[in-house]
Amino acid sequence: MKILVAVKRVVDFNVRIQVKADGSGIASDGVKMSMNPFDEIAVEEALRLKEAGKAEEVIAITIGPKASQEQLRTALAMGADRAIHVETDEDIQPLTAARILNAIIDKEEPKIVMLGKQAIDDDNNQTAQMLAALANWPQATFASQLEVDGDVANVTREVDAGLETIAVDLPAVISADLRLNEPRYVKLPDIMKAKRKPIDTFTLADLGVEAAASVKVLKTSAPATRQAGIKVETVDELVVALKERGLF
Amino acid sequence: MPEYKAPQRDMMFVLNDIINVSELAELPGFEDATPDIVQGVVDEAAKIIENTIAPLNETGDREGCRFDNGMVTAPAGFKEAYQLYTESGWTGLDKSIDFGGQGLPYTLATAVSDMLCAGNDAFSLYPGLTNGACEALMEHGSQELQDTYLEKLTTGEWTGTMCLTEPQAGSDLSQVRTRAIDQNDGTYLIEGTKIFITGGEHDFVDNIIHLVLARLPDAPAGVKGISMFVVPKFMVDSDGNPGARNPVVCASIEEKMGIHGSSTCVMSFENATGYLIGNANEGLRYMFTMMNLARLMVGLQGLGVAERATQGAIEYAKERKQATAINGGETIIHHPDVRRMLMTMKALTEGCRMVAYDTAKHYDISKAHPDESVRKTANDRVELMTPICKAFATDVGCEVASLGVLVLGGAGYIRESGMEQYIRDAKIFCIYEGTNTIQALDLVGRKMKMNLPQTFIKEMINDLATESGNDELGFIVEPMQAALNLLDKTTQWLTAAALEDPQNPAATAVEYLTMYSLVTHGHFWIKAARAALAKQDDDFYKAKLVTARFFANKILPRIYGLAPVIMAGSEPVMTAEEDWL
Repeated sequence: MKILVAVKRVVDFNVRIQVKADGSGIASDGVKMSMNPFDEIAVEEALRLKEAGKAEEVIAITIGPKASQEQLRTALAMGADRAIHVETDEDIQPLTAARILNAIIDKEEPKIVMLGKQAIDDDNNQTAQMLAALANWPQATFASQLEVDGDVANVTREVDAGLETIAVDLPAVISADLRLNEPRYVKLPDIMKAKRKPIDTFTLADLGVEAAASVKVLKTSAPATRQAGIKVETVDELVVALKERGLF
Repeated sequence: MPEYKAPQRDMMFVLNDIINVSELAELPGFEDATPDIVQGVVDEAAKIIENTIAPLNETGDREGCRFDNGMVTAPAGFKEAYQLYTESGWTGLDKSIDFGGQGLPYTLATAVSDMLCAGNDAFSLYPGLTNGACEALMEHGSQELQDTYLEKLTTGEWTGTMCLTEPQAGSDLSQVRTRAIDQNDGTYLIEGTKIFITGGEHDFVDNIIHLVLARLPDAPAGVKGISMFVVPKFMVDSDGNPGARNPVVCASIEEKMGIHGSSTCVMSFENATGYLIGNANEGLRYMFTMMNLARLMVGLQGLGVAERATQGAIEYAKERKQATAINGGETIIHHPDVRRMLMTMKALTEGCRMVAYDTAKHYDISKAHPDESVRKTANDRVELMTPICKAFATDVGCEVASLGVLVLGGAGYIRESGMEQYIRDAKIFCIYEGTNTIQALDLVGRKMKMNLPQTFIKEMINDLATESGNDELGFIVEPMQAALNLLDKTTQWLTAAALEDPQNPAATAVEYLTMYSLVTHGHFWIKAARAALAKQDDDFYKAKLVTARFFANKILPRIYGLAPVIMAGSEPVMTAEEDWL
């Protein structure tokens, strides 16, 4: 069984995002980039399935500019067997990403596609669901526990009401939530070995996908600074204040 | 205690924009040190250090090492963190591929040490001392000794020590009395007592390999009669495994001011079996192989403690509200004097990082460059910068740790803040591996006889000439022109005054080292300002420029207090009779 894991290059979660003065986007020159943390959890889970003998091969895939190969190298250093880089400088939105992954599914025929539940840059939380629809596969999103039993995956999902366990037939799309696992520390020798593992590169044209943007970003701006609140002495005053603001 | 976050942005800035680390991949043997590997190493080392080693800094300080009947137990969590760190291969980063290392440049090991020291200075000593032992064996040990010990020292499965100091032989190693008797079977019996042995005994590993300075019976007096021996805690059997216990025992551990997580041992050699490294009576030279690297490592400890104190102080100053500042700001970071302290901390810390990484790069060039003359020039730079990296960065460690407590005010003096630990930890860095006085004497003595400080002053002057007329850099270039002229003049005075009376350099060496270091930092701040000017579209670079300006206006002028003090010579220091003090 093959597992395909999608990873995305994002601004590191420790970086304080700065909006460019002209509102055209965020400052990224020299800013530390990392693998989306939810994707790291997805890679870890795929590797654990392989180590448990449930999968034979783990393939990491990313879509993005040349530099995105750094994140593939991270996945390879964690233990992925090989990687696919769909190289593009276009802004890729979830539907395009899902189409690209679907095209790779046709080539690689994996039994599981794993993704992080969302990327911490745009927080869209759409790619996994769209991919399942395009591939006509079952989906199990927000996974906090995963057991593979033959051709079935038993997935515990984090939902609003708590936890829900579902069984999905493979092949399926599974997206990882925060508590699925704690990713391993990469070993130095594995960083060196990752350098020698293969990365196949495709263009969008190779896959017959166009980077059609259905959403256009008009302007990027920082959230308004939060204004200081007021203190009230009694509940009555609080009710009056809330009514004045139309909140009660 | 403030949480440690590796300053990856600044580290990558120094690696890429100041020292151009990508050049190392062009050196034979370092082909793997490509930008992606450099980034990967820094990223992954940061994760493991931030999450597993740095959190033990405070608990290690409180708990300390425990001694019981010859056994030493490190603070809770140290053993497990050490195992994870070594199993992840980090100790082998710059070690020879022949013995299981990764053969990467020392510059990368320096970046990792920067984080390891900041994360947990006490912890960093266990792998740190092992590095020195590896280097000495690699350079001077026989093939047999290398085959027996190097692989396990490289992987960190075993650790190493440097057994030099004895009660009567500290800075003056000519007084070493530990004896070695030739058994005429390839082994020696070692007898004597060593003190202040870092990592002499602990509970992490199956074997500890001591490198010991001792004297053969017929050895000449003084430093020319010192030999170096390998003395394992457990004898190594033919399969390479630890066997019989060798009679080298830990008699006690010291109760120290700081670095409580590091075991500092009295080691008693009771006719323990040892093996001679290299030739008899050449031990002091071999010792310096370990010592020079150890000095650079201690400089990184100073940098590390400064980084951690700076992070803690900035974090607090942004949160703490106390008295509205003149500019209307509510948090104390708006108060001019708090700002002065924070800027001083930031400028000194970042300066030390630039000097340390640049020296590391020269170390790599001195080892790996195909052209001998290039190697020689690079080695000269390492020789010059070793006392600067060691002494100035550790002085900075103390200054910055002290400011860190002051920024927090009364809260800083309370243990819970975590800031006072940095002062206690930082002091030893000025002392061990050659006190900062010894470093300064090395600079004005041996290094000045080799003409190294003078040569680098010329290099700095030449570099400055390329920027004259650059208006945007004028804010630092002009002060540096004056500073270099004064440093040049002071150096010439010192050279002449040394011929008149050797007490002149001895009494002014420490101030001279400080002055020299400040100007050296200025040299690197010009590079930083130059790089930041090229890309200002980001707060990081804006902050770099502002910090360069702060250095030029507020720190570099310290030299104007130092030059006249140096040129006043030894007379004011030495005139008083002993009884008058």
